[in-house]
Amino acid sequence: MNVAGTSAMAHGLHSCEGCGLLSRAPGGAAEGRCPRCGAHVEFRKRDSLQRTIAFLIAAAVCYIPANVLPVMTTTTATGTETDTILQGVVLLWSPTGWPLSLIVLFASIMIPSAKILALVFLVISVRRGSVENNEQRTRLYRIVDLIGRWSMVDVFVAAFTAALVQLQPLMSVGPAPGVFFFSAVVVLTMLAVESFDPRLIWDSSNPRGL
Amino acid sequence: MADPFLPESSEMPEARAVPKKRTRLSAVWIVPIVAMALGAWVAVTRIMSEGPTITIDFRTGDGLEAGKTKIKFKGVEVGTLDSVALEGDEHLVRGTAKMEPGSEKFLFDDTRFWVVKPRISGANVSGLSTLISGSYIALDFGRGSQRGKKEKHFVALKSPPVVYADVPGRFFTLKTPDLGSLDTGVPLFYRRLEVGQVASYELDKDGQTMIVRIYVNAPYDQYVNANTRFWNASGVDVSLSASGLSVQTQSLLSVLIGGIAFETPADGAVREEAAEDTVFSLYDDRAAAFRPPAHDPQTYQLIFTQSVRGLAAGAPVEFHGMPIGEVVSLDARLNAETFEFSVPVTIRLDVQRLGVAITDLPAGTDVAAVRQRLMDNLISHGVRAQLRSGSLLTGAMYIAFDTFTDAPPVKLDWSQQPVQLPTMPGAFDAMEASVGRIIDKVDRLPLDAIGSDVQKAVAELNRTLVGARGAVSSAQGTLDSTNKMLEPNSAFNADLTNTLQEVAQAARSIRVLTDYLARHPESLIRGKTEDSK
Repeated sequence: MNVAGTSAMAHGLHSCEGCGLLSRAPGGAAEGRCPRCGAHVEFRKRDSLQRTIAFLIAAAVCYIPANVLPVMTTTTATGTETDTILQGVVLLWSPTGWPLSLIVLFASIMIPSAKILALVFLVISVRRGSVENNEQRTRLYRIVDLIGRWSMVDVFVAAFTAALVQLQPLMSVGPAPGVFFFSAVVVLTMLAVESFDPRLIWDSSNPRGL
Repeated sequence: MADPFLPESSEMPEARAVPKKRTRLSAVWIVPIVAMALGAWVAVTRIMSEGPTITIDFRTGDGLEAGKTKIKFKGVEVGTLDSVALEGDEHLVRGTAKMEPGSEKFLFDDTRFWVVKPRISGANVSGLSTLISGSYIALDFGRGSQRGKKEKHFVALKSPPVVYADVPGRFFTLKTPDLGSLDTGVPLFYRRLEVGQVASYELDKDGQTMIVRIYVNAPYDQYVNANTRFWNASGVDVSLSASGLSVQTQSLLSVLIGGIAFETPADGAVREEAAEDTVFSLYDDRAAAFRPPAHDPQTYQLIFTQSVRGLAAGAPVEFHGMPIGEVVSLDARLNAETFEFSVPVTIRLDVQRLGVAITDLPAGTDVAAVRQRLMDNLISHGVRAQLRSGSLLTGAMYIAFDTFTDAPPVKLDWSQQPVQLPTMPGAFDAMEASVGRIIDKVDRLPLDAIGSDVQKAVAELNRTLVGARGAVSSAQGTLDSTNKMLEPNSAFNADLTNTLQEVAQAARSIRVLTDYLARHPESLIRGKTEDSK
């Protein structure tokens, strides 16, 4: 559904996100302030691609320790045990527990990596000025945005068990360094999604774009 | 700009311009840099925290669990067993363990590993905590101030070590022919104070002696010197002596599980502390430990022809009441020609126990020759061996050397080995023999003949007595008549009185005559002159 049309940027206009007022960009400047409410106005998110790339790189870096380091420490009378996410998946894998194992696998390992890969794809395609599959790419972005907040499941599990299982002499559960990296991955990918401006996908197909 | 949907741009207000302060590089790049730095730091600490991997060989994998079993030093975790697998020809269980960082300082070729599990042996109950937590592997340094060389492969001990590296003290070696009730961990007593334990024991290569390694904790190790005596303090030592019944034990513990005691005789001499691993003898009891040590004992043989019942190997040999040796063995010998039965008794004599200071002789003296001369002298002075009863209660015998002045002279034959020393029948036996002789003589008396003679003599006597009675009655008659004769009114008495008067008159006239003759001796010739009167 290729709808032909123009954009505010193409007319040199800013749309205020605070009060909805359209204003002219003075001298074609990319950003300014809304003359009515004083909110920050700009054509596109500032340094969108650069910021997205930065957050993506940080997320990718954190993704490695998040999976290698243990996320939970279990202390029982028999000793101390630490588990990484993958060990948890393997541990849960049993004839009856496999759905749970799959949920952990998806939520904790596949979704974060998929998010990173999807954003990398979007950034690269925008950079190259791709004009194809704009709608699909926009949909991909929406899915990534929607799904992002749900990948904190693992962090929640760790936080809850650590808080609940504190039977001191017998057993106690505590967070291990991996969980911090894991939450960093989730937060960073969410920030990357936030930084990405989906309007950039369409700018290339706009003949009067910048 | 000619968009029909949009108002003229001139109608629109202008956005306020903001001063351009933007640089090309966004500040957001700090985020990946921080992430990278964090990741790198974590990676570095992970790599840094990677401890050494070691292998430990166990006899059995009992209680070992890969990934679970911990390695602890003084109760602090220093590693985890990663894998447990059969090794080689499957006689061994090889455990691979990941050690904590910094544990290189525990890993030397003398570091010992052992599995801690519940263990009850003798007085020691250990490892009870492992009932819940499961077994773990403990480690301890080898002893000594200098560490051995680095090592990554170890062989686990069968049981926990008795002596830990951080307990100061000294090892000593004891030699004993018999282990008795000793075991590793058995306590060591000094004046009834527990000061150490048996660390290990092994059989000597020749299979004759047990080598017992003991560990004396500091500061008690300073009381061990060259003169220290060790004895087996196991069980209860009950002795009955002239002063009554005495019971000797070290402690209830030693009664139950045995023990070793030591003491250093206080002889005033200041001696240097014994060095580590000094070898001592382990005696059977305290008395044996304090017996004067035998210097070069000699073997001799005694031949007894009487019963040696009550004499046993180990029985004392005394010289004038002083112990100088012991019985080694008893044999029995039968002379095939004469069928004489004799018992050769082999004894071991240590003449120096008599206080004969043979060692004080000038160097180069032939000690054997001196000893031979001494023995010859003793024998020529009538010193003989005798079997004596040591205790009437038990019938135990001992051998006594004593001087018998009436002993027949004997010459020692030094050519035979062992030298045979002369013996005397035992005191008891000698008495028995003389009593026997007396009984024998009594037995040989002709009592029957004597009896018949006596009977004859008695019959004769009877007859004689009958005759004697007649004689007596006639004597009675004689006496009666004599009596009558002597009665005051009897004629005999009157006659006698008259006769006596006549005799008195005769005697008077004789006196007159003799008086006359004394005055007139001439009258014998001239006769009596009446006138001169």
